[in-house]
Amino acid sequence: MKKKTSVTGRICMALVFLFLYAPLIYILFFSFNDSNSTSLFAGFSVRWYKTLFTEEDIIVALRNTLILAVLSSVIAVVLGTAASIGIDACKKGWFRTGIMSVTNIPMMAPEIVTGISMMLLFVFVGRLVNKSDVLGFPTLLIAHVTFNLPYVILSVMPKLRQVDPHLPEAAEDLGMKPVRAFFKVVVPEIVPGILTGLIMSFTMSFDDFIISYFTSGPGFQTLPIAIYSMTKKRVKPDMYALSAIMFVCIFILLVVYNFVQARSQRREKK
Amino acid sequence: MEKNVIIDLRNVSKSFDGETILDNINLSIRDGEFVTLLGPSGCGKTTTLRLIGGFLQPDSGDIVFQGKVINDVPPYKRQVNTIFQRYALFSHLNVYENVAFGLRVRKCPEKEIKKTVDEMLEMVNLKGFGKRRTESLSGGQQQRVAIARALAVKPKVLLLDEPLGALDLKLRKDMQTELKKIQQELGITFIYVTHDQEEALSMSDTIVVMDSGKIQQMGRSEDIYNEPKNAFVADFIGESNILDGMMRSDFYVDFSGKRFKCVDKGFAPNEAVDVVVRPEDVDFVPVEEGMLTGEVTLVTFKGVHYETIVDIGGFKWMVQTTDYHPVGSKVGLKIEPDEIHIMPKSEYSGLYGDYSSFSEEFDELSEPEEDEEDE
Ligand SMILES: Nc1ncnc2c1ncn2[C@@H]1O[C@H](COP(=O)(O)OP(=O)(O)O)[C@@H](O)[C@H]1O
Ligand SMILES: [Mg+2]
Repeated sequence: MKKKTSVTGRICMALVFLFLYAPLIYILFFSFNDSNSTSLFAGFSVRWYKTLFTEEDIIVALRNTLILAVLSSVIAVVLGTAASIGIDACKKGWFRTGIMSVTNIPMMAPEIVTGISMMLLFVFVGRLVNKSDVLGFPTLLIAHVTFNLPYVILSVMPKLRQVDPHLPEAAEDLGMKPVRAFFKVVVPEIVPGILTGLIMSFTMSFDDFIISYFTSGPGFQTLPIAIYSMTKKRVKPDMYALSAIMFVCIFILLVVYNFVQARSQRREKK
Repeated sequence: MEKNVIIDLRNVSKSFDGETILDNINLSIRDGEFVTLLGPSGCGKTTTLRLIGGFLQPDSGDIVFQGKVINDVPPYKRQVNTIFQRYALFSHLNVYENVAFGLRVRKCPEKEIKKTVDEMLEMVNLKGFGKRRTESLSGGQQQRVAIARALAVKPKVLLLDEPLGALDLKLRKDMQTELKKIQQELGITFIYVTHDQEEALSMSDTIVVMDSGKIQQMGRSEDIYNEPKNAFVADFIGESNILDGMMRSDFYVDFSGKRFKCVDKGFAPNEAVDVVVRPEDVDFVPVEEGMLTGEVTLVTFKGVHYETIVDIGGFKWMVQTTDYHPVGSKVGLKIEPDEIHIMPKSEYSGLYGDYSSFSEEFDELSEPEEDEEDE
């Protein structure tokens, strides 16, 4: 009986993995295709990768995306960590719970709603200051920082709550001033949370399409938007190459993320 | 006032959320003394320590260090260091860096740091542990690191908040001896907090017994044990039979319906008093010779002695002797005059000292509350 369920379980799992990874493997595989065809494999080559890097639009979009992802995740981590420290310092329990719920709502809200409402807000503010083309890099950055913030707070907060309140006191006791003590002994304890927040933010920002679509202007295109506009025409295999690169990047980040997680968990267990 | 007083609490009061936690505490601690704050959980021991460490400010009264009021001096400027209840080691630093922490803050030269850290690690028997992660150490070893870290900066006073609370019994005993040794070697003042009376008795020069935010009694271990000031102290330190009595005149006291000779004087004639008789000070004698007679209701073998509960006119006495008397047998009790200790009535009168509800479970209460034993 037990064996049977485990066999079924394994088959289910295999199917799940197949459905999850088949498209990715397909793309990886065909990105090395030597022909123009999207269904016939005509031998191994890296020509699509070469073509990819000759396409001006794509390179610019990639650069934009990276700048945006790095900036927005770093800003989100700084703001989010500061916010977590502030929330954590609140004595009143109900206030803290309230703040946390408010922080979490944007994560639950459908992206399209967030995207449209942000666009409307930006345009509205733009009109107030008599600017017609507000949408561009600054609005995109604001939008990305905004949707990254909850993830940072969510990953830093639990770490912060675990920190023994006596740690900063011990440092002060040994002669360190309070602010310095905080950075010297509390911050190292929450670094895993900060790293997690940073990686999550970067990933979220890197592959965000919907919110970026609404809050960006013609002057600043991100990679997902560039790809989307290309697929409206004809999909060229260099798109496969691009997707493959993106996938590999995200995959590496996820591995790093899991590594960070596993390490901090192992440390907690001891 | 005595000379070489290092820390002085003057009329210190502290309340949290309108609840008085420390009520007008006056406490003088001499330089080089091993002082123990002893009292049940919640009586304000930690609060007192945090006031001295600078982590709390008194609502009223003064904290005086070497003659200077230090109420507003922040912890990082006080020459006082703390061993926190749960060690509070810096887990991102190794053992060496933990011990070196305070020296680095003081910007000591590297050579001097190394010398001091090595010295400290040697003193707490952790030579060669410098490179280890603090998490890889056992509870007892972490405790030693905390001690080395605090002592490395050469404080004038070390505050220890139930430092051995999380260790198992055997290790606790060893650490008690070791701490006492370190204190004597360095000659610095230790202010030690515990709720374990045995620990307090065996380690301290001076014991400060606290309850509900007040100092109940302060003195040498022997004095506190032999001359408790009130029923609370008598009951909290060791075992006591505490009876209602009446001083007839100097050297004569009535209790349990009999008149006894005693060594106390200075009470008003016919003043109501509390009478303390320690269980080990009572002897069994044949019924006809007994000053008091009663029936044995419970006998427990304790290794060195039998602990016998004797019912005398409804009051249950505890007697510790090497004589065995089975449950149900009639016994006589003999008490020498100098074994009777008389205390004035207090708010604690009648609350303690009768063993009628006594059972083995009560012993558990004196065990440490936390059982995170990791060795
Ligand atoms: N920061 C605080 N806020 C509110 N109440 C506190 C605080 N610190 C201690 N108390 C209360 O003060 C009382 C005494 O605490 P404490 O000094 O820790 O006792 P002990 O160390 O003797 O067990 C306890 O009832 C505790 O709840
Ligand atoms: Mg305490």
